[in-house]
Amino acid sequence: MAKFESGDDSVVVIIGSGAGGGTLANELCQKGIKVVVLEAGATQSSATFINDEWKSFSQLAWLDNRTTSGNWRVAKDFPNLPAWTCKTVGGTTTHWAGASLRLQDHEFKTRTVYGEIKGANLMDWPLSLKELEPYYARAEDKMGVTRTNGIPGLPGNNNFKVMYAGATRLGYKDVHTGNMAINSQPRDGRGRCMQLGFCFQGCKSGAKWSTLYTELPKADKTGNLDLRPESHVTRIEHNDAGKVTGVVYFDKDGKEQRQKARVVCVAGNSIETPRLLLLSSSNMFKDGLANSSGQVGRNYMRHLTASVYGVFKQPVNMFRGTTMAGIIRDEAKPNTKRGFVGGYEMETLALGVPFMAAFLDPGGWGADFAYYMDNYANTAGMWIVGEDMPRESNRVTLHTTLKDKWGNAIPTCTTTTTTTTSRCASMPSARASASTQRPAPSSPSVRRRIRARTTSAPAAWAPTRRPASATPTARRTTSRICSSATAASSPPAARKTRR
Amino acid sequence: MRVIPIAPSALADAGSCNEEGNGQVPRLDLPLVRREFLKGSGILMGTIASGSILAALAPSRAWALELQQLSESEGQALMAMGRTLYPHKKLPDAVYALLAKDLDAKAEALPMLRTGIAGLDQATGGFVNATPAKRLAAVKAIEGTPFFNTVRGQCVTSLYNNDMAFAVFGYPGSAWEKGGYITRGFQDLKWLPAPPQAASPPPFFG
Repeated sequence: MAKFESGDDSVVVIIGSGAGGGTLANELCQKGIKVVVLEAGATQSSATFINDEWKSFSQLAWLDNRTTSGNWRVAKDFPNLPAWTCKTVGGTTTHWAGASLRLQDHEFKTRTVYGEIKGANLMDWPLSLKELEPYYARAEDKMGVTRTNGIPGLPGNNNFKVMYAGATRLGYKDVHTGNMAINSQPRDGRGRCMQLGFCFQGCKSGAKWSTLYTELPKADKTGNLDLRPESHVTRIEHNDAGKVTGVVYFDKDGKEQRQKARVVCVAGNSIETPRLLLLSSSNMFKDGLANSSGQVGRNYMRHLTASVYGVFKQPVNMFRGTTMAGIIRDEAKPNTKRGFVGGYEMETLALGVPFMAAFLDPGGWGADFAYYMDNYANTAGMWIVGEDMPRESNRVTLHTTLKDKWGNAIPTCTTTTTTTTSRCASMPSARASASTQRPAPSSPSVRRRIRARTTSAPAAWAPTRRPASATPTARRTTSRICSSATAASSPPAARKTRR
Repeated sequence: MRVIPIAPSALADAGSCNEEGNGQVPRLDLPLVRREFLKGSGILMGTIASGSILAALAPSRAWALELQQLSESEGQALMAMGRTLYPHKKLPDAVYALLAKDLDAKAEALPMLRTGIAGLDQATGGFVNATPAKRLAAVKAIEGTPFFNTVRGQCVTSLYNNDMAFAVFGYPGSAWEKGGYITRGFQDLKWLPAPPQAASPPPFFG
């Protein structure tokens, strides 16, 4: 690992080592540019990852205090966990499920296609899908995305078999094991997926792409990378001309450090990035850096999600194999007949017993809840992930009184769900219920119960139209599966049917 | 009587306590119940049913658990509350005792727990021995109180994040040391037709 002087103002400082930061670091290092990556979290590896949901959560998740407000369910169920992001080298790429989808053509022109939506800051991108296609292709090659670049799809697990059978019976056509940044066969020095079933807990086989063991080691090999884990940046500094000169951070010993830089890239995810820009306010920039628009921290967009668990007569054992084992894409296409704009993907979801207990129905109890746990082995899980609208009032702000251990204001996430979002979210739940309720000849289910929850989830990196994002990539990656975890808005069991 | 420390790690030693074979009982370094009585404030004990899958996992079917702060009857009340909140016929009392143990360790919550238990006793004329319906009504009546929230919240990890619960619900936990599920049934579901290869290609085996 290279070591650059703190006073070396020829380096590029990147804050964060996840999807954006880790990737950018490698690209710059390959071009011979000296890069200092400041990562708040510690270094783990496939060897130290833990196949235990709670222990892994403690190891990887960003657990610094945060608060929430607004009418979303997260504010009630997980008031201090608005998003399940990670504080570790590799960031949330250690935790993501690997789903790697391109934006669709119409999603580059939402203002034009969707029209004016009250309360939503819709804008067309200044880029088209056609212009980005070569870059998508490159990214998919680097990440080893299945069903691109001649890479075969992953084998579907039991959970996928259930989803596939239900989806095709409903008439869906675009159903398969997804475009996943998980090796279906050995590639790029990494082995193929062992179907461990712990995608969220850091991939112990290294088959799932994470900057931790792909981009960062490649960057290191160039001799141009100075990666400093456990380095929490608290402030970006600038000179009298208003140009950024470096950053202030606290190292692993809690010592304040200052790193000079010619360029500072903020890649700290949708919460910490705006927080850092706001914390860096100065006499010259009273509302924070890069905030002449007043939009920093606004238009906080999460994945809009709902999760559905179906109990079948016979075993499913959904925990075996990849968490996001398959996808239904038919509803992702624009279709205003459904009564809302945008679309959604449906994907499988599986949780272990510990997280099932925590996230099936946060706060739930009683015989009904116990029924689902009793039937864990016979349960299949799926969720939807849809578009959230960019709304100014959904935002990340600095808390007025609470401070973190370095004395800086903690972030607060405020989200209010609207009828558009909840209508969209309830849609697939209804369809899923219909699907599971319909008697299947091959599974004469005597007793079926469906739990469909309408939830809105925070996105780990939902990059579309976020003005303050340091990495305005147009790649859409659904990394936030357990969003049912941190997620949720609107009525808890919005649609629950029982027979 | 032998004492099983009720903690998930206890089950890892199950093999060393095998009573099959030559009939000799291995000498175990386990604390005596009497000593535990002298140290703790209360003790919970029970027996795992012989038909239970857990009987094979545990070193002994008899279990006992020491409380440091709460009394035996308070511990039993918390166990009963746990069973009222999350009624699992298949989960033995040993699992609900973990709830009492974990709550017993929450020093700051003890006064609230004691008041809450007394309230349940008052509402039912003795919570532990009340009918399930009466217990349920009493618990429902306090839903949302700090006492309720503390006990319910603790249930999520105490009841469901331990090896006994994993065994009962059919969840094997850690998978990597067994090579994952690529050769161990990740696609063994037979009651639905197999998806076509275009949707789900075969696994790679070199």
